[in-house]
Amino acid sequence: MAQILSPLPGTFYRSSSPDTPPFKADGDDVTAGDVIGLIEVMKSFHEVKAEISGKNIRFAADNEDPVMAGAPLADID
Amino acid sequence: MLKKLLIANRGEIAVRVIRAAQDLGIATVAVYSAADAEALHVQLADEAVNIGPPAAKKSYLNIEAIIAAALEKGCDSMHPAYGFLAENAGFSDAVTAAGLTFVGPSGDAIRLMGDKVSARTAAAAAGVPVVPGSTGRVDGIEAGRHVLEATGFPVMIKAAAGGGGRGIRIANSLAEFEQAFPQAQAEALAAFGDGGLYMEKVIGKARHIEVQVLADGQQAIHCYERECSLQRRRQKVWEEAPSRALSTSLREELCASAVALAKAVGYSGAGTVEYLYDDEADRFYFIEMNTRIQVEHPVTEAITGIDLVAEMLRIAGGEPLRIAQEDVTVTGHAIEVRLNAEDPARDFAPFPGTIGDLRIPGGPGVRFDSMLYNGYQVPPFYDSLLAKLIVHAETREAAIMRLTRALRELEIGGVKTTKPLFLALAADPSVRAGDVHTRWLEGWLQDNATALAG
Repeated sequence: MAQILSPLPGTFYRSSSPDTPPFKADGDDVTAGDVIGLIEVMKSFHEVKAEISGKNIRFAADNEDPVMAGAPLADID
Repeated sequence: MLKKLLIANRGEIAVRVIRAAQDLGIATVAVYSAADAEALHVQLADEAVNIGPPAAKKSYLNIEAIIAAALEKGCDSMHPAYGFLAENAGFSDAVTAAGLTFVGPSGDAIRLMGDKVSARTAAAAAGVPVVPGSTGRVDGIEAGRHVLEATGFPVMIKAAAGGGGRGIRIANSLAEFEQAFPQAQAEALAAFGDGGLYMEKVIGKARHIEVQVLADGQQAIHCYERECSLQRRRQKVWEEAPSRALSTSLREELCASAVALAKAVGYSGAGTVEYLYDDEADRFYFIEMNTRIQVEHPVTEAITGIDLVAEMLRIAGGEPLRIAQEDVTVTGHAIEVRLNAEDPARDFAPFPGTIGDLRIPGGPGVRFDSMLYNGYQVPPFYDSLLAKLIVHAETREAAIMRLTRALRELEIGGVKTTKPLFLALAADPSVRAGDVHTRWLEGWLQDNATALAG
């Protein structure tokens, strides 16, 4: 199992806008480089990419959760 | 006079409003999110109420929670400051409906000025020059050709239903126009389900000049202009007053037009009428009116000696405007720079962190508006503005010297800030000559990327 950690402090978003589906749903497979969410820091948005490939992503942070740098966002197998 | 004021904001501007209220003997109530429990505005206000989690949507934009806090604390008034709910007409209406005094204009005035087309129409009706263009929607290429007589080239064609820069085309000649217009129509229809277009003359090199107004619903005055041409991504970074670009006669004409607009809409409170000024044509054009106190208001306070936030509170408290136009005079020159928690060496990436080794500049002609203190943790959830450094001196040249001196005194440890940008700009020959326009800084940043990285 591996963890995807937040690279920055801010607000975590699971989709690119409120009207679009999440980048990844719980249980999805992940390929290295896939965008799994966004972190908003001081009104600017930064993509969070998976650094490794894996299966069965499970999110530890909810949409719009405040997160600190290094906080776990998701687990993958 | 107001008795107890809730400040529906955070950061340096909440601190600014609390200070003005306390100077007038008005009790103050701060609101804060869970991320701001240790913030300076919470420490300085007489009372404070936690209104929700860090996300602005759940706290500083939560109208219900903010009004409930005001009622719970027995407030009689609400100041929105800038950003967040400041130009939300529904908020102004809701505050009034709750029996509280809104420190600012009515919901209707905010609505009128918040809509691009109605604001432009109101400005034109008050005799304020607007950017030449279509008066409303252009529904066919034949109508578009007629609009060209007013705009000339280059002309901007944009979707009437658009926003955020989508669906904008620029034509430099009739041939380009004949090609671009149908394309823009098709694009607008596809993107917005509405093929209506809007046309406007493109002003090439323009300065951003804005006029501060104060009004009480009956009377209106201006407090002269500010120039804010140094912008990055349409965000002002350096503002000054007065503008050196204007002749005395054009300055009077510009300021009178802002007063005419404020009077025409029965405006109340502090407001700013924004213009583009075309140096070559020596003409100005209305862009929009901001119905709130602005970030850069201190430069006007420096040159006129008027406390704009205090005047807002007096007007909201029911006092008639107590300053006559002939009593507003300009002394010297003032400059403000915005110290943001951003790293100029890395394309202004945001840089939250914990403040250490804070050294605040002082001495004659220096003002520092901020919410910083040693040990303060800058939260990542909000705007990156940390502080505004305002300098005032006899002349523009002396103000730039004083700005450099104050920036050298200033230390903000623990985070990266935009201070190096302003030291470099203060030394730049074009800035020193005042020879800039609204797109000048973007080009300068490209040319000086390595210097800022060092």
